[in-house]
Amino acid sequence: MSNEHMKISAHHLNLWFGSKQVLKNINVDFPQNEVTALIGPSGCGKSTLLRSFNRMHDLSPDARIEGQIKLEEQDLYEKKLSVTQVRKRIGMVFQKANPFPKSIYENINYGLEINNIPKADRPGIIESALRESYIWDEVKDELDKPATRLSGGQQQRLCIARAVALRPEVILMDEPCSALDPLSTLKIEELIVKLKKDYTILIVTHNMQQAQRVADKTVFMYLGEIIEQGNTADIFNQPKVELTGNYVKGHFG
Amino acid sequence: MKKLTPIIEWGTLLLSTGIVCFFLVVILWDLISKGASSLSWEFVSTLPKEGMTKGGIFPAITGTVLLTMITAIAAVPFGISCAIYLNEYAVDNWLTRIIRASIRNLAGVPSIIYGLFGLALFVQGLHMGTSLLAAGLTLGLLSLPYIIITTEEALRRIPASTREAALAIGATQFESIRDVVLPTALPGILTGVVLTLSRAAGETAPILFTGVAFYINNPSGYLNQEFMSLPYHLYMLSTQHQAIEEVRPLAYGTALVLIIVVFLLNLTAFYIRYKRSKNE
Repeated sequence: MSNEHMKISAHHLNLWFGSKQVLKNINVDFPQNEVTALIGPSGCGKSTLLRSFNRMHDLSPDARIEGQIKLEEQDLYEKKLSVTQVRKRIGMVFQKANPFPKSIYENINYGLEINNIPKADRPGIIESALRESYIWDEVKDELDKPATRLSGGQQQRLCIARAVALRPEVILMDEPCSALDPLSTLKIEELIVKLKKDYTILIVTHNMQQAQRVADKTVFMYLGEIIEQGNTADIFNQPKVELTGNYVKGHFG
Repeated sequence: MKKLTPIIEWGTLLLSTGIVCFFLVVILWDLISKGASSLSWEFVSTLPKEGMTKGGIFPAITGTVLLTMITAIAAVPFGISCAIYLNEYAVDNWLTRIIRASIRNLAGVPSIIYGLFGLALFVQGLHMGTSLLAAGLTLGLLSLPYIIITTEEALRRIPASTREAALAIGATQFESIRDVVLPTALPGILTGVVLTLSRAAGETAPILFTGVAFYINNPSGYLNQEFMSLPYHLYMLSTQHQAIEEVRPLAYGTALVLIIVVFLLNLTAFYIRYKRSKNE
């Protein structure tokens, strides 16, 4: 991974919840405009790692973080950097689609509003975010409809549009398809592959086929440590570590 | 025997529901059949006459409505703010656990104790005298723990992912609470508030020492004066009046009006919830 431009990285990252160490000496770089999958059995710390990039642990009083996380040259945990600034540059899509209980339009407008985007620019941004997320044609005539009436797959694409509307540099996805049917999953996967030309994407997934379909790079984690990282094809076909091989072949999980 | 068990289970549940509904119907029937005859425009719009044996209960209605409004103004903002603090901001430590336990215990304190406390604090300590304001604040204190508990319950039902959705697009914690968490929890909060206020509107003991009067010759409406209220009026008419048999229909009429006032309060909440559910 050395001759690519590295967008976001963690160095000597350790994280504890109370007295339990969840992340152990994590060193990882994520290349720009590529999709990187984080895989590993439940409880291995992949979601925790993902959420430390946009400082989602800030509000958990028992979480303690050591080490460095950088976006380009910016230290994301620097004291004078506000967390809202971080989250404007690093968007997130969650495991279960979580649209606001507002209209489709308001779901995207709200993010623009709290980030002080001028009112005149908002309608255009909202339309292009919905287009970018391949949901515009399905919702353009009913933007006033409550977002909760959309199907699960549409809701998740709306959540992606909500993240995209703020023009982040990185999008974090925490098992975005785990609650969706195969067809909706396929649509989201196509969307992820298309989005990578504009964004750097990190995706946590339990689905080995999905990792192979969407990810350029794959990071395998186990018990809070990174066991192996590299090109997706290498991780799945010629893993260097036996544990990785056993996991991707489905011997445990 | 195996076949019989579901029927017994089902039957027990149905029977319980039936008994509850039966008593509800009996109470309503009793009230309506005996009270409807005294209901008239005159009854709800005029002052009592001739030692309560004639005339209406207008001052008692305005008294109860105003009292409930003061209770709401005193208890709802503080109660909801307190619940937001406890559920959204406060860390879980021994101090907040003690605060929570205290609030739960307060909810179990008999209402007459609140009456005594209101007498000591508002009427005497703060020199408000026996007045609408003192009684309203006393009922406000009584309502606070219920509003806090039900609001916290409603907030706790909002999943973490809803809060995170707002945080992840750069909302501050306050913005996420104001714009996403509270609107989502509103139906639950409202239900708690209305149930609490309905209960407060029907209370007699806490206002007994703090401001209610048997008779005043004007529509209640001054914060610093005594007032009439429906539950107290009902109590007086049905147990303390010198001509109990003569005023019995008026007592039933008063009970019916009290129920209607509380029902209207519930209806408002029902309407707001309905409007919201249509938008979701």
